[in-house]
Amino acid sequence: MSLWEYANPKKFMDWTAPVLPWVAGSAALCLSVGLIWGFFFTPDDFRQGSTVKIIYLHVPAALMAINAWLMMLVASLIWLVRRHHVSALAAKAAAPVGITMTLIALATGALWGSPIWGTYWEWDPRLTSFLILFLFYLGYMALWSAIEDPDTAADLTSILCLVGSIFAILSRYAAQFWSQGLHQGASLSLDKEENVSDVFWQPLLITMIGFGLLFLTLVLLRTRTEIRMRRIKALHARARRA
Amino acid sequence: MKALLLRDLRLAIRAGGGFGLGLAFFLIVVVLVPFGVGPDADLLSIIAPGILWVAALLAALLSLDRIFALDFEDGSLGLLATSPLPLESVSVIKAFAHWITTGLPLCFAAPVLGFLLHLSSDAYTLLILSLLIGTPALSMIGTFGAALTVGLRRGGLLLSLLVLPLYVPTLIMGADAVRRGADGMAATTPLMLLGVITLGSIAVLPFATAAALRVNLR
Repeated sequence: MSLWEYANPKKFMDWTAPVLPWVAGSAALCLSVGLIWGFFFTPDDFRQGSTVKIIYLHVPAALMAINAWLMMLVASLIWLVRRHHVSALAAKAAAPVGITMTLIALATGALWGSPIWGTYWEWDPRLTSFLILFLFYLGYMALWSAIEDPDTAADLTSILCLVGSIFAILSRYAAQFWSQGLHQGASLSLDKEENVSDVFWQPLLITMIGFGLLFLTLVLLRTRTEIRMRRIKALHARARRA
Repeated sequence: MKALLLRDLRLAIRAGGGFGLGLAFFLIVVVLVPFGVGPDADLLSIIAPGILWVAALLAALLSLDRIFALDFEDGSLGLLATSPLPLESVSVIKAFAHWITTGLPLCFAAPVLGFLLHLSSDAYTLLILSLLIGTPALSMIGTFGAALTVGLRRGGLLLSLLVLPLYVPTLIMGADAVRRGADGMAATTPLMLLGVITLGSIAVLPFATAAALRVNLR
């Protein structure tokens, strides 16, 4: 019994079917508890007022936007090394979710920036990096949809994901070099003395877990759909040959 | 290796005018900018470094799909793959040929266009230097993009969508070096970082390019 057995499409379908409702349910629970707690039962910030509450959407979305790419990177590597089809399909399934998270982070940031910074958009390194991340997702998804043969598409997008990761990190540091930041620094680090107050921190943690579970739900769901689509295609091909 | 390089250069110069086309495109983009933003000399001299670099980047982009497409169609790419020369070396040579036909002419044309845009006189050396250091990275990254899309019938638009985000770090460092030169500041740091990007691309991307070519030749 090894971990890799779960990469078999049949096994994957078998074990995700009972797990999925639980993951989806706990995602819904975490999100509703975290968001309701965050939106209605936390005090307003003394300087930002109630606009501070956008943090419960902005931070988790940004977190998942980056981690979705990271997950795609790992899945791409597994595909290139071990050639498990489920892995390639999971990477494909994660991309639209990741790009949505990136958009949520950009949009909520713009909405928050308008009253606080006085501008919807500023060419700040963090904001710029996220815009570039958005472009990388766009290119990745476009490459998937452009190639017909599924194995070729999986190979090429995996290579693009690896190279893209290097250049995404490079872009991030280049952007830091290029422009002074307006975005505040990290306030949730584990190794810093001063962090955001517990009042805000606890619901934020729950929404972060909720977004993580939401991501997992969507990726599992989309991967299952991809596997089913692949099966339909195989059945069609078999029917045509018969 | 030398034979392949010479062959690519000859093909680029003799067939289809790909050689001058990138240069002409560079010229036209730069000439169009003053029509867009107005003839104010002060404004033009401020934005000149950025314009020159963005235009150079677009000109390099223009001829990318030619790198592998013709060889792929007539089957010579398959022959190259079976030749004793590894595909990694082939991709470096292809990128080098692309650089000689587009990047290198741009380096020499850029000062003339900088003159048109009222580029500050301190920045000319840095403009040539940054283009000389940075354009090989553009060619190498572009070769990788071309290898990814070589099997597609209409890969041109997709190619630019894939390659342009990868150009961001190069553009930032290159334009920053020229801007610092125009402001009279030392530009060693961005130039060195630009060199890092170029050398890193040449070290890593041939393997990715060759892997993508192998997939497409399957």
